[in-house]
Amino acid sequence: MSNDVHSELESESIEIIREVAASATKPVMLYSIGKDSSVMLRLAQKAFYPAPIPFPLMHIDTGWKFREMIAFRDRTASQIGFQLITYTNPRGRAEGIGPITHGSAYHTDVMKTEALKQALDLHGFDFVFGGARRDEEKSRAKERIFSFRAVGHRWDPKAQRPELWNLYNTRISQEETVRVFPLSNWTEADIWQYIRQESIPIVPLYFAAKRPVVKRYGQWIMVDDDRLPLEPGETPEVRMIRFRTLGCYPLTAGIESSATTLDEIVAETLGASTSERQGRVIDHDGAGSMERKKQEGYF
Amino acid sequence: MDTLRFITCGSVDDGKSTLIGRLLYETKLIFEDQLEALKLDSQKFGTQGERLDFALLVDGLQAEREQGITIDVAYRFFATPNRRFIVADTPGHEQYTRNMATGASTAQAAILLIDARKGVLTQTKRHSRIISMLGIRHVALAINKMDLVNWSTEVFDEIELAYRRFAHELCFETITAIPISALEGQNVVDPGNAVMPWYQGKTLLNWLETVRAEDGDINGPFVMPVQWVNRPNLDFRGFAGRIASGSVQPGDAVRISPSGSQSTVTEIVVYEGLQQTAKAGESITLVLTDDIDISRGDVIASAAHPIECADQFEADMLWMSEHALLPGRPYAALIHNKSASVTITHIKYHLDINTGAHLATRTLALNEIGTVTVSFDRPVAFLPYTENKRLGAFILIDKLSNDTVGAGLIRFALRRAVNVHWQALEITKSARAKIKHQEARCLWFTGLSGSGKSTVANLLEKRLHAEGKHTYILDGDNVRHGLNRDLGFTEADRVENIRRVAEVAKLLVDAGLIVLVAFISPFRSEREMARGIFDPGEFIEIFVDAPLQECERRDVKGLYAKARRGELINFTGIDSAYEPPASPEIHLRTMERSPDSCVDQILSLLTHQRY
Repeated sequence: MSNDVHSELESESIEIIREVAASATKPVMLYSIGKDSSVMLRLAQKAFYPAPIPFPLMHIDTGWKFREMIAFRDRTASQIGFQLITYTNPRGRAEGIGPITHGSAYHTDVMKTEALKQALDLHGFDFVFGGARRDEEKSRAKERIFSFRAVGHRWDPKAQRPELWNLYNTRISQEETVRVFPLSNWTEADIWQYIRQESIPIVPLYFAAKRPVVKRYGQWIMVDDDRLPLEPGETPEVRMIRFRTLGCYPLTAGIESSATTLDEIVAETLGASTSERQGRVIDHDGAGSMERKKQEGYF
Repeated sequence: MDTLRFITCGSVDDGKSTLIGRLLYETKLIFEDQLEALKLDSQKFGTQGERLDFALLVDGLQAEREQGITIDVAYRFFATPNRRFIVADTPGHEQYTRNMATGASTAQAAILLIDARKGVLTQTKRHSRIISMLGIRHVALAINKMDLVNWSTEVFDEIELAYRRFAHELCFETITAIPISALEGQNVVDPGNAVMPWYQGKTLLNWLETVRAEDGDINGPFVMPVQWVNRPNLDFRGFAGRIASGSVQPGDAVRISPSGSQSTVTEIVVYEGLQQTAKAGESITLVLTDDIDISRGDVIASAAHPIECADQFEADMLWMSEHALLPGRPYAALIHNKSASVTITHIKYHLDINTGAHLATRTLALNEIGTVTVSFDRPVAFLPYTENKRLGAFILIDKLSNDTVGAGLIRFALRRAVNVHWQALEITKSARAKIKHQEARCLWFTGLSGSGKSTVANLLEKRLHAEGKHTYILDGDNVRHGLNRDLGFTEADRVENIRRVAEVAKLLVDAGLIVLVAFISPFRSEREMARGIFDPGEFIEIFVDAPLQECERRDVKGLYAKARRGELINFTGIDSAYEPPASPEIHLRTMERSPDSCVDQILSLLTHQRY
């Protein structure tokens, strides 16, 4: 491969993914449809080629994903041919829990954290891949690549297993699980450069286009469909925006941009003056909010 | 553009996190929204008054921010036009040494911080010894807080000299001393000539951009541990792994360890197709010409430089658990991609962090470093750690808690495995048992002192003897008068006590006897170890179960009373733990039934097994 940095990161990630396949009883890869998941998926294809990916991918569907994301998910699954599991918290669905009616914190808690734990318990998955990177957020920078979770999926940041060299301790007892982060040492710029280098398909929302938006809390919220009730006096306007990160749609804000190609996105990322998580409403719920969510079982 | 992985280490409050925060800030890696958050955090938790507290950029855990300390290693990323950096900011407190070692194990260089007001501390030495042991060869000695010693060249020179004297015995190739102020920024990114005209050397960032990134494994002979066997269908069989040294091309002759079989590489398979060559660090899949048996943990190496196998090693060991290392206890181990069970058979010495002296010891406590003899339960392919980290590093895992408890580095193989052959005997165990008209067994009684182990064992032996069976009792007290009289009651000695008794019991079972072992044997690991050395079905664990209050009430030997008065220490049930068996073959509740009825219970199982 031409680029040494990516070759090293890629080889490290492949080693991590293979280690799980070799030691886990029932592994699963969480698939969030975003750019990091797309890279992780490609790395899994590479790790096992010419064999198919030997575990399913699972999408925790909060019911609030952009429509384009769901379409992309189903298209990708049928093109690559991996086993796709989708799961939505039945209680949340029955009670109609959403970010607008119930607030972002409660929505995330029920539709993501609780749903994830339910889905993992339902299927009995023991090793769970996630696409989190250490450069995303301060508490993630502290997490091991193989992150041990006690019974009930709890993370104890003060008692992490030592993780020396590339020797990953995969021994666990019943009902204990491990979250595995193959992209730990990748940065946002690495992800974009790799997507460009490998021509990895991504959700079109990452590219700038004219989209209907409203301004809330100083950020551009896209009006994807009628799930977003407009507040009095709000009229959607059309702006050239794209997304640096994709989550639930009212919880993820777009940025004004004219980057319509991967080259332009890479250039924009390298020159960015704000972090990608700035567009994520969830991180602003209070100091240490990500750490607390992770302790409770969030990714 | 290459990548440098480095760590910052040193004692508490030497300014490690502040330095990283400064580096990130000055290389423009702090985004505007993160800077806004930092301003808020600095007002809330900051220790720098009105100024930004850069440490808060790195100390990401709530507990760290509240206490103003670093608990666990944080990984941060930055880049200059010349190099890309992954920095591990490691904690300074002694109690978090294992987290520091986690960060150091993958680093190629280290910045060792020293507080100019304090000089070289014990923790400076501890970290230096660990990074030297882990193979880091280039160190920047960042003498920090120069602003607090009036930018004094004398203070700087004195500390540098003291450190070089100390580090003389370590394995560093270069030590570069740099006077800095992480708080104010001098010599971090920009030179500090204005306040330290006497220093003309590199800034810390210059040093980071130019220090050699050790990747010496590229040029060695080809070695690849097999991580996973790729067998999607009958037509394809590939060996997936990450190359530990050298390079490989189709047509290369290879040799597999431990089996010794030889073959030739036909293809290097990657997602993009077939690759013509692959080098150290790459994750690939190899296809060989011959259909030979190779599994995970085997090592494929150049046929010209085959990899040695051994099962006994001398190794350096960093202990990382609150529970001390116990020689004789079986631990799970992982070396490259090979899982095994190991025991530490001997601790040669424990290293005094301050003086480097070799001290005699029977155990290693949390954060202690020692040199040990380690015995694997099977031969493993290896290289000395100094030759190849991937083939020479291993971790130890507690078999019950599954915690990672030790980090080991192989120095060399001990030849014992080759020289001590197992003598094959023609008269077998079953032949010896047969002329006694019985099946050899080990009946292992475990339970608190006073629970009734000896009583039941004695009664059982009488009944067996009456039936014409050949038996022998190994009793805890009796064995301690002879074979084990050199052992006390510490955890380490108890483990050794059980190991020896298990070995004796094995010899007696081999002689065809029914052996009754009546030992408190409080720890699950050792009972499992004992079980492991017998053939399946031979070992019968009998849990003699009576509540502590009842045992204490009986107190046949007056020991509980002594222990309560503090005259006996490490007494099981009082100040030393008893771990009850999870699934014993026989569970005797001696509160509820008489010794005779207990013996009946055992005999009925034995009869069922047609002993």
